[in-house]
Amino acid sequence: MSTFLGMPAPPPRSPYGTGNLRGDRAFPRAARDELGNDQLRRNLGRATGTIRAKRLNVTGELPDWEALRDAGSAIKTDAMNRLPELLEQLERRVTERGGTVHWARDAAEANTIVARLVRATGSDEVIKVKSMATQETGLNEYLESVGITPYETDLAELIVQLADDKPSHILVPAIHRNRDEIRQIFLDRIPGVDPELDNVPAHLAAAARSYLREKFLTTKVAVSGANFGIAETGTLAVVESEGNGRMCLTLPNTLITVMGIEKVLPRYQDLEVFFQLLPRSSTGERMNPYTSLWTGVTPGDGPQHFHLVLLDNGRTAALADVIGRAALNCIRCSACLNVCPVYERTGGHAYGSTYPGPIGAVLTPQLAGMHAAKDDPNSSLPYASSLCGACFDACPVKIDIPSLLVELRHQHTEQTGLTPEKLAMKAAAAVMRRPSLYAAAQKASALGRVVAGRDGTISRLPPPLSGWSDSRDTAAPPRETFRSWFASEEGRATLRAAATDPNSEQKGEETA
Amino acid sequence: MRIGLFATCLGDTLFPDAVKATAILLTRLGHEVVFPPGQTCCGQMHINTGYQREPVPLVRNFADAFGDASIEAVVMPSGSCAGSVRHQHPIVAERYGEPALRAGVDAVAAKTYELSELLVDVLGVTRVGAYFPHRVTYHPTCHSLRMLRVGDKPLRLLREVEGIDLVELPGADSCCGFGGTFALKNAETSTAMLHDKSDNITATGADVCTAGDSSCLMHIGGGLSRIRSRTRTLHLARILAATRTTPDVLTEASV
Repeated sequence: MSTFLGMPAPPPRSPYGTGNLRGDRAFPRAARDELGNDQLRRNLGRATGTIRAKRLNVTGELPDWEALRDAGSAIKTDAMNRLPELLEQLERRVTERGGTVHWARDAAEANTIVARLVRATGSDEVIKVKSMATQETGLNEYLESVGITPYETDLAELIVQLADDKPSHILVPAIHRNRDEIRQIFLDRIPGVDPELDNVPAHLAAAARSYLREKFLTTKVAVSGANFGIAETGTLAVVESEGNGRMCLTLPNTLITVMGIEKVLPRYQDLEVFFQLLPRSSTGERMNPYTSLWTGVTPGDGPQHFHLVLLDNGRTAALADVIGRAALNCIRCSACLNVCPVYERTGGHAYGSTYPGPIGAVLTPQLAGMHAAKDDPNSSLPYASSLCGACFDACPVKIDIPSLLVELRHQHTEQTGLTPEKLAMKAAAAVMRRPSLYAAAQKASALGRVVAGRDGTISRLPPPLSGWSDSRDTAAPPRETFRSWFASEEGRATLRAAATDPNSEQKGEETA
Repeated sequence: MRIGLFATCLGDTLFPDAVKATAILLTRLGHEVVFPPGQTCCGQMHINTGYQREPVPLVRNFADAFGDASIEAVVMPSGSCAGSVRHQHPIVAERYGEPALRAGVDAVAAKTYELSELLVDVLGVTRVGAYFPHRVTYHPTCHSLRMLRVGDKPLRLLREVEGIDLVELPGADSCCGFGGTFALKNAETSTAMLHDKSDNITATGADVCTAGDSSCLMHIGGGLSRIRSRTRTLHLARILAATRTTPDVLTEASV
């Protein structure tokens, strides 16, 4: 007698993340609007062009840059491979040093935990260090909804917050704004600002500084993200440029850090690699101005209450994908955004997620899924790339983003039913697999000659090719394919003549 | 050397002159060019658009057509097709193929080259006896540059062309915006990239913009034609195939 155990079922997949990880429309639609904004194109073109040049200078000067990238990639891959044990080690170390660790399954849970911790202090306001994790969870909006006022203290985040806007870049959230726009935002939104404020960057920074200084000195609770968390020691790290982070991390009595679980690193000495990779890749500087490291609570020095909120929000789901998980190695340097020809022209808002650009196009669909509903906007993200590969070259931890994009496209077509595109692809493959059918189809394509104008070009094509012909002419198909020429007497004669071409005497000239 | 020529579906059907030039050039250099008639398409368009099951017969077809051990090298006038054969065929074979296909794919991928790689790395020539008395600018296509890493091989070949006036293209390593079905799915973004590329090309005052991929040239040339630019596009193979006795006659059409 035998027992039928049934087909083995795939293990259940962890839930996808929630929060700001999905736009309200597909990338091509959103991009169309952004492309029409000439000011945005100019701002982005100038900003990304400058930072690209800076990055190339400071990465090119290091003789071991490629070895550093390999090391960064290896350390992150190792960390992802033993994430559970490293996270538990981190929890133990933080707890031993007087901190409290909280585990948040998703954005909503993280926001609830933070709000509860803030309320417990009796404060109704918090100062914030620039943090991608809390952008992802939509923490500011949640805190406001429960009566807690968050103040962003990074200059660019402050600009975005004051304007009720959304960040459009991982590192430079207000990259889409120029100084005139910023001046107007400050005049409109900063209480008591000098009405004579001009658009000189130093004056704008001074206006923000005097506004923020009071918040730093009076607010009892700070919320931060973390660039790295060290399992070995329980140390958290934040790197930044303005010093606002240092203020938030040292002045308040309570510090709440929200960290994505993929930010954990095994050893303290791993920081050596990432403190070189990150600033050079992100701001194009050899070293970032402020590096803050802290471990638990130090009596009489700095915050006396420290909470670490470990955020999953789809990361475990991404980790289950043996190919796609490489995107979790990202250290949020934004080098891929700055070199991306698509990002440079559309800006970050077109991606609809906290994470824009090439890394966003592979990370967002994995964290939040791309088949939540028919025509999920996230399913358009893997196609928001010409696969030019500039991102892979720039990535400090060597994430092969083009290959991940192709992989996610494959996952998308596998999970989508029969579409006109899929039918066309099947038909094309059915023709191309048989040389005789293929040759017949080639002959049919030569009929395209009849629609060409007298100059031999076609200037208008029907959908879905009309987007092509809106800005490109197409040459009429030639009279004869290569294969028929090669088999023809003319082809054979041409090649016979080439074999005896007097210029072929130079064929012996080898490369020096 | 006995060289198998892969015309690519685009080259065979729409841009045969670039493939003819490849055959003529290699024959002139003393090599035997064979054209396995069973060849069709490498399947790159399918794979890059997200389809990996459908092109399995194409991957198999390619490995069969060029698997013959008497073919010492496989050449194609396309960086992106060479990239597909070398990087994507193994992925498709690994996922959907049987062991024999995987072995066949690996064997063919190992002897597959883009034109400039074959000339410089395998045949060891940079001076191919070409004559092309025109102002030329070179656009390095993304897949040849960043997937195959051809580096400056095409430029080394062009510098040895007699009579050529080679001018540097500003922002050369930026994508032209083609990207296969990207140009259809994200037509506006693709066009924005194309316009910046056309501006840079036009600024060089070149008669000809050349590259190693007919697909990118179809995109760039289509844009240049639309703006009535005097610069036209020409595949690298056609410049290298042109000689004093058989020059490439620049025709009117820019695409």
